[in-house]
Amino acid sequence: MHELALAEGIVATALKEAERAGLKVTEICVRMGELQQIDEELFKSVLRDIIKVEDERVREAEVVFLKEEAVLRCRVCGHEWTFGESMGNLSEEDVELIHFVPEMAHIYIGCPECGSPDFEITKGRGIWIEYIKGERWTPGSP
Amino acid sequence: MDPRLAVIDRRLEDIARIIAVSGGKGGVGKSVTASVMALLLSKLGYRTGLLDLDFCGPSVHTILGAKPTLPEEDRGVVPPEVHGIRFMSIVHYAGENPSPIRGVDISNATIELLAITRWGSLDFLVVDMPPGIGDATLDAVRLMKKAEFLLVTTGSKVSLAVVRRLLSMLVELKVRIIGTLENMRMKDLPSAREEMEALGVPFLGEIEFDRGLEGSIGDVEKLLRTRFAEGLEKVLGKVLSSA
Repeated sequence: MHELALAEGIVATALKEAERAGLKVTEICVRMGELQQIDEELFKSVLRDIIKVEDERVREAEVVFLKEEAVLRCRVCGHEWTFGESMGNLSEEDVELIHFVPEMAHIYIGCPECGSPDFEITKGRGIWIEYIKGERWTPGSP
Repeated sequence: MDPRLAVIDRRLEDIARIIAVSGGKGGVGKSVTASVMALLLSKLGYRTGLLDLDFCGPSVHTILGAKPTLPEEDRGVVPPEVHGIRFMSIVHYAGENPSPIRGVDISNATIELLAITRWGSLDFLVVDMPPGIGDATLDAVRLMKKAEFLLVTTGSKVSLAVVRRLLSMLVELKVRIIGTLENMRMKDLPSAREEMEALGVPFLGEIEFDRGLEGSIGDVEKLLRTRFAEGLEKVLGKVLSSA
């Protein structure tokens, strides 16, 4: 399951930040970009499961999820559109390949106005940590 | 914050050595060197991985005669095994389609592959670097902290000029350099040895231009019988003793 690899990244980042700042993490806000087509329920469940068994500085953290629509902008003609508008032209296999490596969108999607594959992914690429909140922590404290 | 960056070190922690085959200039034989080196290491019994980081012109699969295969999912993705080598490439996702990606998208795709690929325990990961000394090289140095560079050049002044520039940048970045290798050596032309040795890094050797190499592309048995492979085997001895 590919979602687990991404969830591990979130926990590893939270732990690193906790260690750096001497904090116990109380809240992690995760932004899920539409382009990566993450299985939302699976991802939430996997992330909550691995947090529970992590280091004590992370294991009680609440996770807040935000969803972000994917927006693309053509570098050739400047047209801006949403990934949702291109979804209808994609096969299930195309979507799966974009799920693993979102940049594969450049292969399977073209600008609806001029057809160019040279576009920017301006929003909603994939998983991102919006913020991490914590409280001061000393080893052995509850 | 990008959550993928924190997990890359974990993905690479069970790899003893990462060898980035680079050189800056296109067409000097980096991909063939990386591919045959991985084959030779595997033949010697080393657990070997091979990563093609040339997203715009991936060619390792062509050299190995490997078909793009969607990697299996298991807590990430597992590189398909090709001739005993764990092989990861953008072609597993792009197929034979052109990948019109650039700049930040190349960095993002590199980070994604490094974050999700579960190499497991390896003695060597050989990385085929794309031409150029920009984004991909900087990303390789930033993301694969234990990468050591092996630089391939030809005797051409054009190639030597680029490799000198790359070398100077890698030295500035404090990257470990295994040495330089002159490929496609022409007997009647001056050797690059003296010039490369003057740069202060080990000169690993010369491999003569091998007319038989092209006919063996896609066939690993033939590849391993070429004069190129014979030459690279000698170089490999120095790479193994350079640890």
